[in-house]
Amino acid sequence: MNRATLDLWVGFFVAIGLAALLFLALKVGNLASSNVGETYTLQAEFDNIGGLKVRAPVKSAGVVVGRVADIRFDPETYRAVVSMKMDARYKFPRDTILTINTSGILGEQYIGFEVGGDTAMLKDGDMVKKTQSAVVLEKLISQFMFNKAQEDKK
Amino acid sequence: MRDDFFSGGLRGLGRRVTDRVWRLGFAARFLLATIRYSTVAFGRFGLTIREIYFTGVLSLIIILVSGLFVGMVLGLQGYDTLQRYGSSEALGILVALSLVRELGPVVAALLFASRAGSAITAEIGLMKATEQLSAMEMMAVDPIARVVAPRFWAGVISMPLLAALFSALGIFGGYLVGVQLIGVDEGSFWSQMQASVDFREDIVNGVIKSAVFGVIISWIAVFEGYDCEPTAEGVSGATTRTVVTSSLAILAADFILTALMFRGA
Repeated sequence: MNRATLDLWVGFFVAIGLAALLFLALKVGNLASSNVGETYTLQAEFDNIGGLKVRAPVKSAGVVVGRVADIRFDPETYRAVVSMKMDARYKFPRDTILTINTSGILGEQYIGFEVGGDTAMLKDGDMVKKTQSAVVLEKLISQFMFNKAQEDKK
Repeated sequence: MRDDFFSGGLRGLGRRVTDRVWRLGFAARFLLATIRYSTVAFGRFGLTIREIYFTGVLSLIIILVSGLFVGMVLGLQGYDTLQRYGSSEALGILVALSLVRELGPVVAALLFASRAGSAITAEIGLMKATEQLSAMEMMAVDPIARVVAPRFWAGVISMPLLAALFSALGIFGGYLVGVQLIGVDEGSFWSQMQASVDFREDIVNGVIKSAVFGVIISWIAVFEGYDCEPTAEGVSGATTRTVVTSSLAILAADFILTALMFRGA
């Protein structure tokens, strides 16, 4: 086989190999959607984060507006500190309440933003204090059972 | 009599162990020499391109077809299990993650070892058996630079591309079976996939895996060929050893890499 055909085949091989990588990165992976460009960081303290994971979505009105970047435990307050990378296009009022919700009954957990009415906006690096912990299903069930038993006694 | 039996067995065991250790040391030295002479492989890039054609391009058919079928089987099996829990929309995640993280690099590497690794060993071994390597040395051409390094680098370059093609075709196969044949919703198939496949965590790690496998396969293949006994029997034995050793090495390395990469969440 002469040199030119060889080069042509190898060029073709490398090109479709790179195209496959591009397909994996853009269509299968989240390279296109995760790099929304500018972000700012918010922090929040929770009593209990339940099963929240790093990279879980942050949603407001159901729309993804950011991602959980880091979760750590504060040994002084004994609470969980969650930092979130927020899309810089969206700003939220200072009195926004953060809740940990579950999509579906056993689905992934995410942070929901319940927007308040303050005119001052949250800035990069701010710590949100008004939070609501994750609903722990076992606690809920045991509470329900306990109440039920008390009612039956009466 | 009994003393003989035991000491003979012990001696045999000891010889086999030292033999293995000696071969491992030689292989490591050989890898270093290959890397040192790789300037030739890149300096005269035509040599490497020729080898990429033989190892990469000629492996395309087997990689593409098996990728498609593996993806289609994943689609069927995944759907069968997921629909029991009422979450057949998660089929996209299942197909994409299992291909990009594990099956793509590993199965493509196993196929590559048996398709291209064995061919490299047989070629170099036959060159040695017909004294072409000695003839090169006689002409002051280093066979490691002229023969071994281009084949090594061709394998290292081809492997990640082949693994990416395997994964891409597999995902397409899963899409064909899941969406077109069974009727999983197309939108949720792709969007759930995109939501849970991370570029850095999953795709880049898969590429790193396949590059490591490429180094392992090419190293074993060129070494077995260079080290084989220069007889017909020796060449066939070396070819078998290439496939067996590189398959085992791939699976062991896959465990180690997975443990390093995907620990925890």
